[in-house]
Amino acid sequence: MKRRKFIQQTAASSAFIGLGGLTLSSFNSVTQKKITILHTNDVHSHIDPFGPDDGRNANKGGVARRASLVETIRKENPNTLLLDAGDIFQGTPYFNYYGGELEFKLMSMLKYDAATIGNHDFDNGIDGLYAQLPHAKFDFISANYDFSNTVLDTHVKPYKTFIKDGIKIGVFGLGIELDGLVTKELFKETIYLNPTEIAQDMSRILKEEEHCDLVICLSHLGYNYRNNEEKPSDLTLARATKDIDLIIGGHTHTFLPKPTIEKNSVGKNVLVNQVGCYGLYLGKIDFYFDSDKNKSADGTTIIV
Amino acid sequence: MNNRFFLSIIAFILLMSCKQDYHLTRIEGKRIEINDSLTGNQDIENFIKPFREHVNNDLDSVLAYAVDTYTKNDGELNTAIGNFMADAVKEMASPIFKNRTGNAIDIVMLNHGGIRSILSKGNVTSRTAYQIMPFENSVVVTGLKGTSVKEMVNYLQKSKRAHPISGISIKLNSDFELMEATVKGEAIDNDKTYYVATNDYLYNGGDNMSFFRQGDSLYKLDYKIRNLLIDYFKKVDTLDLHADDRFIKTN
Repeated sequence: MKRRKFIQQTAASSAFIGLGGLTLSSFNSVTQKKITILHTNDVHSHIDPFGPDDGRNANKGGVARRASLVETIRKENPNTLLLDAGDIFQGTPYFNYYGGELEFKLMSMLKYDAATIGNHDFDNGIDGLYAQLPHAKFDFISANYDFSNTVLDTHVKPYKTFIKDGIKIGVFGLGIELDGLVTKELFKETIYLNPTEIAQDMSRILKEEEHCDLVICLSHLGYNYRNNEEKPSDLTLARATKDIDLIIGGHTHTFLPKPTIEKNSVGKNVLVNQVGCYGLYLGKIDFYFDSDKNKSADGTTIIV
Repeated sequence: MNNRFFLSIIAFILLMSCKQDYHLTRIEGKRIEINDSLTGNQDIENFIKPFREHVNNDLDSVLAYAVDTYTKNDGELNTAIGNFMADAVKEMASPIFKNRTGNAIDIVMLNHGGIRSILSKGNVTSRTAYQIMPFENSVVVTGLKGTSVKEMVNYLQKSKRAHPISGISIKLNSDFELMEATVKGEAIDNDKTYYVATNDYLYNGGDNMSFFRQGDSLYKLDYKIRNLLIDYFKKVDTLDLHADDRFIKTN
């Protein structure tokens, strides 16, 4: 009896909130929600900014500056996710001295929400990556690396979902083929699975089973391979899948001045973005959701 | 009680019918440059500082002195910097290999492209080693038959480049044809096993040095080339490097 009364009271009070809401906003008015996705890739242990004398990237980059920028954006819109597309490791002596500890600790301080695994993240072996995991307060996601027979088993999830302001966001990770890129001794029994097939699977799960409003692929496949169109890349992936809204890429250190708009397998737009390397840029994609019922779902405007 | 329950149901239905459906209507994408117009977050700065100081102190402590500036383009078939690298590998890796196997390293071969920076005149530090060898490659030793060593000579003859070598002497004529190839002053014996040190990248097929894979044995010394160079810098006071006649062409 007691429990039943509690349920009734709960129903009554939520109804009250609902009715209260009705008087404030009528059915016809439009309310808008905004989700901001921030991303980096191939930072390669670049913690300090490039010095003033650097030939190519003078005075650019730096984790402390990125932290300030992310903080400002999060203040503007708390419904923000910060993601990294892999190759966090290798590139400055910080990695050689501390094995990635500093990179992970700083990313945790910046409140990264998830990262995928790049080929260089195996540079100290799969054991070296595993050893640094306690320093990462964010999750690693990879759907096409099967880690069952490695130390990373159960430590890497295929995907992760987030709810921000009632909008459900699904993010899955993809990694590049390791054979020929990383010596087997480093990646050990990691099994690489076909990223296109996995992506088709993942997008279906996230859209149909998890009912995500936004599906994001965090990829370390590379932007595209002009001399080898067969090789899985972000562009081939975009064309061969559906229900993915955004592919955040890495590996090829491609500096896209703006996101690429590609048509997916059912003719809908997919955004593909990559911000070069070394933390020189932060990618920012804002998704606006309107409550207006009169507007059709496929009337999405893309401004890049 | 009943009334209240009924009212709750009505309200609940109303609420459900009013559940707002959100559609993706607009996407805006751009990139933001991280540059000196942004002020660094002080907490992050403070956190990095001790790590940076430790790394810099360690990297910048002086280990040796270079009497000149050396580059990999200083010579045609052998260079001062290349000879230094190959000789350093032979000197530093030999005791480890000898200790493990009882054998000596006969020959060292690295690659010209693997010398990633110049060696500047003046103070030599750990940072110098990071510049010359930023990669994580380690020393491996393989036992090659004389026939495979001859393939290695053939590779060097065809590439016409100053790949760092040590322990082997090669003379070409003016048409780059092989005149003589010797190890410890003796002609290469097809049936003899020579222990050749290189790095794991080249052993695994880098720069198409396929002859390494013909070896009948592989020893991984777990000694990074960079660390080997740092240890070598610590061992010597002065780097006075020279090209010599280990790989030459007669005119």
